[in-house]
Amino acid sequence: MAEARATRINGVFARWLERRRERRLEQVNMSGTDYLLSLPQRWVRIYMPLSVIVFVLLFPFYWMAITAIKPDEQLVNFGEVNPYWVVGPTLKHIKHLLFDTPYMHWMWNTMFIAMVATVLSLIASVLAAYAIVRLRYRGAQWVGGAIFLAYLVPTSILFIPLSLIVVKYGLWDTPWALILTYPTILIPFSTWLLMGYFKTIPFELEECALIDGASRWQILTKIVLPLAGPGLISAGIFCFTLCWNEFIYALTFLSSPAKKTVPVAILSEMVDGDVYRWGALMAGALFGSIPVALVYMFFVNHYVSAMTGAVKE
Amino acid sequence: MAQAATASVTSDSDYGLWSRLKQNRNWLGFWYMLPAAGFLILFLAYPLGLGIWLSMTDAKIGRPGVFVGLENFTWLWDDSVFWLSVFNTLLYTVVASVIKFAIGLYLAILLNNHLPFKAFIRAIVLLPFIVPTVLSAIAFLWIFDPQFSIISWTLRSMGLISANIDFLGDPWHARISVIGANIWRGVPFVAITLLAGLQTVSPSLYEAATIDGANRWQMFRHITYPLLTPIIAVVMTFSVLFTFTDFQLIWAITRGGPVNATHLMATLSYQRAILGGYLGEGAAISTAMIPFLLVAILISWFGLQRRKWQQGEANG
Repeated sequence: MAEARATRINGVFARWLERRRERRLEQVNMSGTDYLLSLPQRWVRIYMPLSVIVFVLLFPFYWMAITAIKPDEQLVNFGEVNPYWVVGPTLKHIKHLLFDTPYMHWMWNTMFIAMVATVLSLIASVLAAYAIVRLRYRGAQWVGGAIFLAYLVPTSILFIPLSLIVVKYGLWDTPWALILTYPTILIPFSTWLLMGYFKTIPFELEECALIDGASRWQILTKIVLPLAGPGLISAGIFCFTLCWNEFIYALTFLSSPAKKTVPVAILSEMVDGDVYRWGALMAGALFGSIPVALVYMFFVNHYVSAMTGAVKE
Repeated sequence: MAQAATASVTSDSDYGLWSRLKQNRNWLGFWYMLPAAGFLILFLAYPLGLGIWLSMTDAKIGRPGVFVGLENFTWLWDDSVFWLSVFNTLLYTVVASVIKFAIGLYLAILLNNHLPFKAFIRAIVLLPFIVPTVLSAIAFLWIFDPQFSIISWTLRSMGLISANIDFLGDPWHARISVIGANIWRGVPFVAITLLAGLQTVSPSLYEAATIDGANRWQMFRHITYPLLTPIIAVVMTFSVLFTFTDFQLIWAITRGGPVNATHLMATLSYQRAILGGYLGEGAAISTAMIPFLLVAILISWFGLQRRKWQQGEANG
């Protein structure tokens, strides 16, 4: 009995050792010649510079967060309490932000505009990418190139003439001014991304469907789209964060405070005269980042592959 | 093959106009392109042309302009503020892009090592890039506060400086501060994209180089850099483009001040056209950005492409 258990434990132990050896081997393979570095060398060459850079990249977020919960006197008096820390944190600034300003309303505006613009852009991009990659109509390659060029046209040279167009179409100071102009930023990017995805879907699948009498529309909705799910998610996330980030169109095309998006409203509506309410401002900046940060957290791999994939194309 | 299949599906009976529109590849392509093309033509190509036209009129807000030829441009030619903004834009673009590239490449190489919590570190490194720029710019506004700057406080308590640094009040301090904020925002994009490129480089190349006695710099110079060149070209093209046309960071932190010391061409055109009402003049400043952009794209694109080609030639 005891013997059997001992052999079983031995077996488990042996398997564990084997797995560990495999993992070691894998690590050596993954990191090339890194095993040649001793541990102190790794500290000096890798961990220390890396932690300095990561510290600098993250510090502003820490500073926003700690400012948002500091009592007023600690905000402007660094003498008594170390400013890197907080004694007696308060929710006063957050309460002011949420209940004394139309902050939730601005969040809703931004969310609505970002969602609708994303959906519109995705529909247009799916159709365009499918047509360029699979219908290959005459001149499709040229159109593909033109769409890439459109991605390079910056918003800061378009906002002046666009503001005239927006006024002329009667869209001034309505969310539709942004919903209809944002797709020009989003479509080129997501079309390129989806073109890459559609190219990876085997041609033979479509051939079979065509022979069975499916129309192009049926092929797109029943075969291609279900297979391009990850691509759609990547494009959607990227579009959403781009909309949430956009500033110059929102600043130029909207004027009534109640209609503004979060980035514009925080900058123009949260400063009373010359008084900066730093606590509430930082809370607003932090909360305004949360929706994109959440979306990003759940789909970080999609996001990174969208970013790098589109660059590699 | 697919074309042949399309043809075979079309039966002889329905050769009407509608079925031709439904089946013909070019017509089908036209229908599928329509939504995207509609958006891009109405809200991108048309305004691009309209902008160039506006730059040759004396339009103001609420008053359609008349054609004045190159008058706006000759006016800008003698405008010292315009030239200051050109200088600032070039300085901002060159300095920020070079430093972003250096730090971004270094960070990518660091992240390409075997690290504990690698996925997690990679995820948080990208945070400055995904957070809305204006919102992080507000954090920098507070970090650069003349009285209550945390940087001043830290340096002062370390005994390195005796008085607070006036980050945004002095022209050169302000320029360095906004460039710093831009680098902070741009490094993650460069690093994560280059990291994706680094991960495609086979470790066996480094092993072979190690056996041949190459040191770390030689490995970087002769393996990493040549293999990474195409992706560097693309990343830097985008980085230069976005830095050159930056608006929101400057607008949130300095609004072009102090005394126009940090005005970029984009912020100046906003100030003249939207706040000042001189649409024609603002459009002329925007139009003046186009040649710079084309040159920047051509240099970073073809310059690096050619180097890649030359290296291929030398190796071959």
